[in-house]
Amino acid sequence: MMRRILAMLHARNLEFMRDRSSLAWNIILPVLLVFGLAFTFSGDNKDQYKVAVMAEGLAANAVPVESLHPLLATEYINFYGVEDQDETVKKVSRHQVDMLLDLRPEQMHYWVNHDAVNGYFVRRLLAGSGGPEVTEKAVEGKEIRYVDWVVPGILGMNIMFGCLFGVGYVIVRYRKSGYLKRVSATPLTATEFLIAQILSRLMIVVVTTVLVFAGTNFFMDFRVEGSYLSLLIVLIVGTFSLLSLGLLVASRVKSEELAGGLLNMLTWPMMLLSGVWFSMDGAHPYLQKFSELSPLTHMLKAARAIMIDGASLMDVSYNLIALVVMGLVFIVLGAKLFKWTTD
Amino acid sequence: MNDILQVKDLHKHYADVKAVNGVSFSVAEGSCFGLLGPNGAGKTTTIEVMEGISKPTSGEILYRGEPQGARFREQAGIQFQSTALQDFLTVAEQLKLFASFYPKGLSFDELVEVCSLEKYLNRDASKLSGGQRQRLLLAIALVNDPDIVFLDEPTTGLDPQARLNFWDLVNKIKSRNKTVLLTTHYMEEAYNLCDEIVIMDHGRIIAQGSPDALLAEHFKDVVIELPQSDFNERAVALVSYRVLEKVRPTVEIVTSDVNATLADLLSANVSLSGLQVRPRTLEDLFIKLTGKELRA
Repeated sequence: MMRRILAMLHARNLEFMRDRSSLAWNIILPVLLVFGLAFTFSGDNKDQYKVAVMAEGLAANAVPVESLHPLLATEYINFYGVEDQDETVKKVSRHQVDMLLDLRPEQMHYWVNHDAVNGYFVRRLLAGSGGPEVTEKAVEGKEIRYVDWVVPGILGMNIMFGCLFGVGYVIVRYRKSGYLKRVSATPLTATEFLIAQILSRLMIVVVTTVLVFAGTNFFMDFRVEGSYLSLLIVLIVGTFSLLSLGLLVASRVKSEELAGGLLNMLTWPMMLLSGVWFSMDGAHPYLQKFSELSPLTHMLKAARAIMIDGASLMDVSYNLIALVVMGLVFIVLGAKLFKWTTD
Repeated sequence: MNDILQVKDLHKHYADVKAVNGVSFSVAEGSCFGLLGPNGAGKTTTIEVMEGISKPTSGEILYRGEPQGARFREQAGIQFQSTALQDFLTVAEQLKLFASFYPKGLSFDELVEVCSLEKYLNRDASKLSGGQRQRLLLAIALVNDPDIVFLDEPTTGLDPQARLNFWDLVNKIKSRNKTVLLTTHYMEEAYNLCDEIVIMDHGRIIAQGSPDALLAEHFKDVVIELPQSDFNERAVALVSYRVLEKVRPTVEIVTSDVNATLADLLSANVSLSGLQVRPRTLEDLFIKLTGKELRA
């Protein structure tokens, strides 16, 4: 069994490595995106002020009522409820949230970072709003550059496309061309074939992602507080989960057009709702719940927690377990539904 | 001789088509067995069920007396009518990949020699000519040194030279005492290669036996062919004939008494310098049985 899997794995790797244009694209695209975004967002230009609010009865992500404080009537500021004070203070220190306003009775504090330009403006607006007095609690902390935050997103997006199209599309192409039918006439089983496809793509994705990360890190010096090993484990588990999803999509689709449509239908919402480009903090709670269904969300949350907060694997175990469970469900379903031929 | 494969009352129906409709036959071990018929006769459907690639609607296929299982997959070699291979792999890599799927098989060198692939081993398999590609696909079918080889229209689309080369390969396989199961719509191919044939049309068997026995059974006559330009009005009254629209229109006279027919033609002053006498072919048999030309 191992001999058959390894032979198929080797053949698939050769096919990928010799397809120069596809190989180049898998490496060049993410590098261009990382550098392009780093350049575009090199200033402190956030396009919207974000003020997190704590108040009695205010749920996470809910919009606070304006009667709580006159500042809340200000337009063009995104006010949203939070429940975890420590977590939000951390975000203020990293310039990810411009202010935390605690309007709970007996509290009436606000946290800002004096190094943050946006924090200064929001503080001035608060002083001029004329509401009940709120006392300042300054926090310090180096800004998280947008590129530090977005690099897992870009790499994650690239992995997602690589996995879904790399496995999903390729299997459908094999099926349509009759290659799967030919292979089905040999003693190679569907499970062996699928394991080889997943292992091959897993190796390719992990190696190219590590190369791209190391290469761009050399120039941009990303903030990585946690361990690289933990990051690698998140990469492997996340990639496995996305590959399994690609496999499920491809399990019995006969035409490349339908496969392309289905894969686009999955990848676009995942790209927009998994926090690739912007944080889902402050998004509608339903959208946040929905984004939890995406393996990419869990991979990015875990990777960012390790890179930015220095989280350990235990800290991100929820995300890792979600990835493993989703991956297993997808692969078992995919193998069960799998068809060799187009009949 | 033992039967290596038995097909019992095979039916295969798709939504609105009865592709195979009650077919039964046995294939003797070591023989070359031909499934003949025009396109759409049900040959490929029948062979794909025999290969275990598709499931029959009803009926049964027995390999060495047992339903096809792991043993069958290890001992069968299959060449589909059209097969895609993985891209970017050389001929040698394709052969090694497929060889790795089987517990035993022909040695690499032997396989290359049998299928005359020496010159192309390092060539990208997608850059082979039609004949070279068919030889590679045959080599893949032989990679496990199979006891039975299925060849589904292996020479369709090949030029005459490549077709003759392929026939040589099939004869080499036969000489190794392998069973060959061949589908074709070339009657000449079946006549040259097959020990036994089945002619199918509309999903049913319409004739079965060795090519010579079938011809002997159905025909006691021969065909005389003459250029139409040599034929004349007086001869028309003496013999029954039909005109074949060829490059040079030809008159075909079927007769069981060549001497009498030639005497009639001579008496009508027909020139016999362009005359040919040929035996009946499987193509004639097909037309006789189905009442129609081969829809090749």
